[in-house]
Amino acid sequence: MKRISMTVNGVRHEADVEPRTLLVHFIREQLELTGTNVGCDTSSCGACTILMNGQSVKSCTVLAVQADGADVATVEGLASNGDWHPIQRAFHEQHGLQCGFCTPGMMMAAVGYLDENPSPTEDEVRLALEGNLCRCTGYHNIVKAVLAAADDMGS
Amino acid sequence: MIPASFDYERASSLDEALSLLAAGGEDARPLAGGHSLLPLMRLRLARPSLLVDIGGLDELRGVHADGNSVVIGALTTHHEVAGASELTGGSGLLARVAEGIGDPQVRHRGTLGGSVAHADPASDLPAALLALDAEVTLAGRDGTRSVAAADFFVGPFMSAAADGEIVTGVRVPKREGWGSAYRKFQRRAQDWAIVGVAAVVNWTESGIAGAAIGLTNMGGTPLRAPGVEAALVGASEKAQITAAASKVSELETPPADENASSEYRVHLAQVLIARAVAEAAGCPGMQSG
Repeated sequence: MKRISMTVNGVRHEADVEPRTLLVHFIREQLELTGTNVGCDTSSCGACTILMNGQSVKSCTVLAVQADGADVATVEGLASNGDWHPIQRAFHEQHGLQCGFCTPGMMMAAVGYLDENPSPTEDEVRLALEGNLCRCTGYHNIVKAVLAAADDMGS
Repeated sequence: MIPASFDYERASSLDEALSLLAAGGEDARPLAGGHSLLPLMRLRLARPSLLVDIGGLDELRGVHADGNSVVIGALTTHHEVAGASELTGGSGLLARVAEGIGDPQVRHRGTLGGSVAHADPASDLPAALLALDAEVTLAGRDGTRSVAAADFFVGPFMSAAADGEIVTGVRVPKREGWGSAYRKFQRRAQDWAIVGVAAVVNWTESGIAGAAIGLTNMGGTPLRAPGVEAALVGASEKAQITAAASKVSELETPPADENASSEYRVHLAQVLIARAVAEAAGCPGMQSG
């Protein structure tokens, strides 16, 4: 077992983990933050996307021990004091989800990207989300939601 | 899936990492971003007994111009390579290739050194390094050494790095004034290239004065196409480039797999060489098709 500590959604956690524990399992099973989903389990689908030190990563392909000392953000950390994050409002208002399984990963990938490029074009949003798959194929409204969130956050 | 059990140590210096690897024996592996190694471990295709995490070694990170070369640390992520302003001239090929690897999340974690050390013949960066005559730098307990990319990749997933050695970075000639392009063909957006072509071209008023072609997934290692390169010199029109590209059929027959027959790989290589060279030449009128 290895002792690790990391900040998740602003809260510092310390825990003992097996080296082979994947970050997504640590988040879901030890921290009980189950908003981050495991989809394909092969770093393809993006359902497990979180932010690690501000950058979007696929937490199924990171060891928990690699995140020792990191600042991690998951979907649970988006809202503050009961107020939705602009990306959450936009997904709601633009109907950016159908079954909802890909939504946490989509939103985290989008938040990471909008931090890098606050006013993207539609094409840029589509490219930025190339690592996130929606099996409902609801991409059109997802892209609309990210563009709406960008507008909202910029105004 | 969860990987089989292994021991894990995080190194705080390169020397410590080399000592840990030496103590761990032949089943010890360095770990950087983990985006090549962890997927293999999860499929139990790789079962290292010890991972030595070098991810915290900041001295292995970053892109620096050094005279006529650019030096890129092994831990530099694909995202960072894609945005590196130091990669000018022909060396800009590496930025173009890096920005097309995987997806944004993969590019945030995957590293240049990891991709090089993994030596996957379907991976994009090795062919680009080969086309640029890059050198791979290695550190071992006996010191450091440089190996030409042409000698580094020795077979599928096999490199000239010895047990206990760590890839510390690459040195790439800038090739000022040269243009570059990378074209790959894949069935789905994030698949490995069925065939990829890296082209570095010195375009002058009288046509192509020099060209280097690196091929992805046309053999067990990345390959150069010397016959194509020779035939490209002097080419100034699209038809001449297309004719030169056909010389790729002189190479050893590429492997067949579920994605492509050998013949189809050769066809793809011809088409992609012509497109990549035209794009790299950057000459108006040569880009269409």
